[in-house]
Amino acid sequence: MALATTVVLVAAFALVFFYAPNDADQGFIQKIFYLHVPIAIAALVGFIAAGIHAIRHLRTGESIHDFRSYVSIHIAIIFGTGALITGAIWAKASWGQWWVWEEPTLVSFLIVYLLYATYYPLRYAIEDRERQARYASVFAITAGAFVPLNFMAVRMAESLVHPRVFATAEGGLPGSMMFTFLVALAGMLLLFVTMVRFEIAAKQTRGQVNRLRRALDEAAPVGAHSRIAPVPPVEGAR
Amino acid sequence: MPALPLDEAGKYVAAAYLVFLALILIYVAILAARIQRTRDQLSELAELAERRRDEAQPPPAAAADPERTAQARGR
Repeated sequence: MALATTVVLVAAFALVFFYAPNDADQGFIQKIFYLHVPIAIAALVGFIAAGIHAIRHLRTGESIHDFRSYVSIHIAIIFGTGALITGAIWAKASWGQWWVWEEPTLVSFLIVYLLYATYYPLRYAIEDRERQARYASVFAITAGAFVPLNFMAVRMAESLVHPRVFATAEGGLPGSMMFTFLVALAGMLLLFVTMVRFEIAAKQTRGQVNRLRRALDEAAPVGAHSRIAPVPPVEGAR
Repeated sequence: MPALPLDEAGKYVAAAYLVFLALILIYVAILAARIQRTRDQLSELAELAERRRDEAQPPPAAAADPERTAQARGR
């Protein structure tokens, strides 16, 4: 998966700079489109995926679905940060401003991003694991439903400067640009899935180490000072 | 707004792609640090488990000596 992600992303960036033509209107600056839009789409897909995992969690009660929902939001927040920063850079170059508060697309994305940023405080404000997982799932479903609703509302709203669709009055995105965009989108979605899998593997491994620690701690001979001390700082890690 | 000249636009395009690269690198660095920490914890736990096993099993010389075994049982 990681290899496929690397190959597709490298191919996408090669297509961006060596195959896709410069935009007639914006020129070279439009190359940010192939980065900014796929990142934003991957972030929104991640939020929706988190909602779907949360539904599964509430239906089955299996904690793995809550775990996947949590990790999807975690990675989608990283992608959302990327979308906001690259969008601001593109806005500065195209519109002369880092941010336009009157533009519904920008503000709505920021609202979605900030909504999900409240997921962590909400989740960790609850100590009981069961309740924490249940409330987090309800949050993920509600916020996940908000994403497509928000998308539709923005499409219906009057646009100021941010384009809504790929099609223009003269026609859609040219074939070479659309192909490059689709490869970049595939690469970004693959990157999202790869990062989710890495994160899940890392967290599960840490969980297993903690289980082993507890098991060793409980199996210690009675009377022996066997409580395992916290891990001392490792010299090599400094 | 007219299209920016290439030398001007190039800076912004480079900045956007560098931000993406930086985000990925920061994530990989954090993940690497976490893996390192988990590896350290695992080696510490392995050492502890081996120490426990050694403590639980008496040394072969002591086990073979009937006098020492009797003394140990008397305690």
